[in-house]
Amino acid sequence: MELPTLIRCILFAALLLAGAPARAADPMEIKIGYLRLAEPKPALSLLEVPAANDGVAGAEVAIDDDNTTGKFLNQHFSLDEVRVTAKDDPKAAANALADRGAVLIVADLPADMLIAAADAAKARGAVLFNAGAIDDRLREEDCRGNVIHTAPTRTMLADGLAQYLVWKQWRRWLLVVGSHPPDQLYADALRRAARRFGAKIVQEKTYEDTGGARRSDSGVVQVQRQMPVFTQNAPAYDVLVAADESAVFADYLPYHTWDPRPVAGSAGLVPTSWDPSHEQWGATQMQNRFVARFARRMTALDMQAWTAVRMIGEAASRTQSANAQQMFGYLKGPDFALAAFKGQRLTLRDWNLQLRQPILLADGRMVVSVSPQEAFLHQVSELDTLGVDRPESKCRLK
Amino acid sequence: MQAQVMDPVRKCRHPLSAWALALSAGVGSWLALDGEASAYLAYVSNEKGNTISVIDTAKLELVNTIKVGQRPRGITLTKDGKYILVCVGDDDTIQMIDTQTGEIVGTLPSGPDPEQFTQDADGKLLYVANEDNNMVTVIDIARRVPVGEVQVGVEPEGMGLSPDGKLLVNTSETTNMAHFIDTGTRQIVANVLVDARPRFAQFKRDGSEVWVSSEIGGTVSVIDGATFKVKHKIGFEIPGLRKEAIQPVGIGFTGDGKTAFVALGPANRVVAIDAASYEVKKYLLVGQRVWQMAFTPDEKLLFVTNGVSNDVSVIDVAGLKVIKSIQVGELPWGVAISRE
Repeated sequence: MELPTLIRCILFAALLLAGAPARAADPMEIKIGYLRLAEPKPALSLLEVPAANDGVAGAEVAIDDDNTTGKFLNQHFSLDEVRVTAKDDPKAAANALADRGAVLIVADLPADMLIAAADAAKARGAVLFNAGAIDDRLREEDCRGNVIHTAPTRTMLADGLAQYLVWKQWRRWLLVVGSHPPDQLYADALRRAARRFGAKIVQEKTYEDTGGARRSDSGVVQVQRQMPVFTQNAPAYDVLVAADESAVFADYLPYHTWDPRPVAGSAGLVPTSWDPSHEQWGATQMQNRFVARFARRMTALDMQAWTAVRMIGEAASRTQSANAQQMFGYLKGPDFALAAFKGQRLTLRDWNLQLRQPILLADGRMVVSVSPQEAFLHQVSELDTLGVDRPESKCRLK
Repeated sequence: MQAQVMDPVRKCRHPLSAWALALSAGVGSWLALDGEASAYLAYVSNEKGNTISVIDTAKLELVNTIKVGQRPRGITLTKDGKYILVCVGDDDTIQMIDTQTGEIVGTLPSGPDPEQFTQDADGKLLYVANEDNNMVTVIDIARRVPVGEVQVGVEPEGMGLSPDGKLLVNTSETTNMAHFIDTGTRQIVANVLVDARPRFAQFKRDGSEVWVSSEIGGTVSVIDGATFKVKHKIGFEIPGLRKEAIQPVGIGFTGDGKTAFVALGPANRVVAIDAASYEVKKYLLVGQRVWQMAFTPDEKLLFVTNGVSNDVSVIDVAGLKVIKSIQVGELPWGVAISRE
């Protein structure tokens, strides 16, 4: 063989060898943490008692979806779930996740635990995706530069409901508020929504939680006597709006009010990010694959966690990177948009990293309507008619 | 209810009656440009109505309604014109309807939840997107059996075939990719990332480009047919309309390759685009949530389905004008037009 030919052959072989390992390379690994408070949540209706894997199941379906996409891009996604109790230190749990390489962490934690976890793991470059807490303060005075929120806020939920009630011309509200702090916060959001959209709260009543079990075999007999009397002698109203995040009384109200009036808020017509009956905009496929995997229906928390993990998947495929900061940069940038079965793109509010999203109004069997309602206009995005808007925001991202 | 026997108008050309009707309907302007209007039949699948509406394209009138299975969406005619094929997703099958009698005469084994499909040039093979199991199924139409499967991304939807039949493009809605599949080997040869929720893929008739619409992203990606690179992205701006409402779905090219039409969903408009410069020529106001489209074989007319307003808008292709809307069944989705 002539020398030049030989050299060419050697060069060609070298090229082949150089190319081969690149093709067979191990997939880029993206580890996602899932940090959650594993405490039982009270519910009046048995249908509302959360499954043990509420939320994390949604994240797992999203991991499947991300991996289906990832196999075309040589990326692999995995979930590292950590459960804490109210007594545990969320800082240590978040740091442990980050130390294991899971710096993108989906969190289902109460507000204070979330802030503690986010601040502690910041030094390790961790970015948290708040899938569980609806507190406005996490996007306002207590906002953090390393926390993205896929859960809607109380004000977004209240505004979504209020727009529909006003559209329906049910402007006179009887507001019934529970006696626990979260109920009060929800009531604040509902009062604000009434002011913004022109509804009138004709009377406010407080429903004191005097303790007692949520399950009892003959409770229904008492409920049927208590609820009509509790709502007796109200001024003329169109709709009863209940603020009862603590699940003490609201589910007892429909069909039991003294006056025949619809119920909304924490029971009846409920504003939510997702409902098991939602089927529009391709949602049927989402529902089908969730039920096929877990043999139960998909909740709002499942959807908020799915959304967080899909955002990470989207960032990984767009940036072709497993670098958390690079992915975070993409999500905060102008090109990010997510399809999540809501009929329009979901984007981030750049002033507080809250995901813009339509709010479904569901009655437990059907999605009755989806807000923003027609004719509620906004100069930037109609989704910004829901919740605290940029000019009123107290958030200064750090 | 028994399906009606099809109107014999199907094979007729009857310029006089078409003239009279068209003039009385006030649509003489476009007809006046040509000597006669050809009569074809447009078949519109009504997703919620579980029916197919049949429209005479010369009279621009509804002439028949055919009852089909549950949730009819993707619709096409076999190349010999004998059958309508319609994806009935909630029945997990494709129904074959005799175009002469309007009777359902058989089914094709599509796999679960078929939504869209495309046929090869010979009319022998049908490529079907199965939304629920991340799969493209290949069906032998004559034998009515599946002959192959290709694993694709999450929620496969749009299906387009290159003019030479060698490349199949499938879009997956949650993966946000156009998958290029070699129809000979049934292997994926390229995966191209596009904007969110790609719904539809259409090759230019010379095969040089494939256009992919992204419903949620609000863009059309122009992908080079040889290198599989996104060479251009077409965005849309309509004064007074919010960005989120602009959701591109169905795409159609004129035979001369000069003009593309894209349905913009809840923007209630079809956009006409210069297919060479990618510049928007005109936005045409149609019905609510415009979805898919089909040309008459003479390419004088374009029929587009308006899901929310339950009608079909008819566009004069040369004049870039909407000339009529025709009421059909509930939630019209797809449309196919007979060849003869």
